[in-house]
Amino acid sequence: MSWVGDNSALIWEQLREHLYLALIPMVLGLLISLPLGYVATRFSWLANPLVALGGVLYSLPSIALFIVLPAILGTQILSPVNIIVALTIYAVSLLIRNVIDGLRSVPEEVLQAAVSVGYGTLRRVLTVDLPIAIPVIFTGLRVVTVANISMVSVGAIIGIGGFGELFTTGFQQDFLTPIVVGVVLSLALALVCDIALVGLQRLLTPWARVISPLKEATT
Amino acid sequence: MIQGFFDFLGDPVNWRGAEGIPTRLVEHLAFTFVSLLIAAVIAFPIGLLIGHTRRGAFIAINTVNAWRALPTLGLLTLIVLLIGIGQVPVIIALVVLGIPPILASTYAGVSGVDRNTIDAARGMGMTGREILTKVEIPIALPLIISGLRSATLQIVSTATVAAYVALGGLGRYVIDGLGVRDFPQMLVGAVLVALLAIVLDLAFALLGRYAVSAGLTGRLRKNVNTSTAPAPAGAN
Repeated sequence: MSWVGDNSALIWEQLREHLYLALIPMVLGLLISLPLGYVATRFSWLANPLVALGGVLYSLPSIALFIVLPAILGTQILSPVNIIVALTIYAVSLLIRNVIDGLRSVPEEVLQAAVSVGYGTLRRVLTVDLPIAIPVIFTGLRVVTVANISMVSVGAIIGIGGFGELFTTGFQQDFLTPIVVGVVLSLALALVCDIALVGLQRLLTPWARVISPLKEATT
Repeated sequence: MIQGFFDFLGDPVNWRGAEGIPTRLVEHLAFTFVSLLIAAVIAFPIGLLIGHTRRGAFIAINTVNAWRALPTLGLLTLIVLLIGIGQVPVIIALVVLGIPPILASTYAGVSGVDRNTIDAARGMGMTGREILTKVEIPIALPLIISGLRSATLQIVSTATVAAYVALGGLGRYVIDGLGVRDFPQMLVGAVLVALLAIVLDLAFALLGRYAVSAGLTGRLRKNVNTSTAPAPAGAN
């Protein structure tokens, strides 16, 4: 424990790095997959190829992607951009399926009702379709967030990895403490972010807390 | 850089001997299959037991959640520091990472079998064992294969990272290349591992298509919806 005290400044810095490396891709992934998923529900022939492509991209090992991306993007190999782009690719690959499933789960009567009371397309999508799709989208978002938090550590091999640097330090110094601290902090961070997302989902879907016929129809 | 990548691939030296691409590929496959086999031998019976008895579901669900959050590099370095450098500690780490997806998907597949189907099987006079082997496992097979696929991709990926703690396989190019700032060599390792992951992913997709009973998928019938696509596996 004294090791943690002595290195608290370092650990805070790694926490900050770990959080932005994991959370920026999550937000970017959501911002990309929402419009993409909407387009795929409008032009349904796009849905299967997109989900299949996502499946292939998601199967790529993270360390491989961290190294191939600089060759494609022209970035430095030690640039955090590679990690952020790689994790964004994973986020989109996984979220696209949930966004499509979520938007498709909106009952047809609800859409018709929205149109008949005069909602335009944009307003309907943002205020009707999207909120109803939230539970399904959040299921994917939680998986993405937890997986990203664990994958950031792999970046430590190429020098940028938040808590992952505790693993490389511990390994090089043959010293167990930083590794144990890193594993515990990484798991704790994943847990905290997951709980935060569950809380956010509850805030965004107040209707789910009361028993409603809508919920029964969408589940 | 791209030129260097092709120079590396074109150099016959890199296709021979203990550090050649064929040797590294075989090593990588060997580590993957040994770890997958051990993981399956451990996880499959437990998954069947939990799924069949429908008890202890919370274990299956929580292990897979914790698995997703577990930093693989942390697990690798931890086990190697505790046990020592060598192949055995790394394989232990790979097995640990392979168990949860197989266990959870086996459990989910078996416990997801419709109660009415099981009642019908029992009504026909099947014993518990017969219900498991002739009804529950065949119906659960798509999910079981999807779990094996997740485990395989996780292991392939982590075996690459394991080159950092001294393991052979394709990850050597990545780690050795990094050590001497030889970027083309790293790129070769990364591209080969990515190709290996894609090939194995496709192999499991094919396996899922042909190993599952035609009576379930309707593969041999016409005009039947065959949507048994498993959830995407991998990313690690």
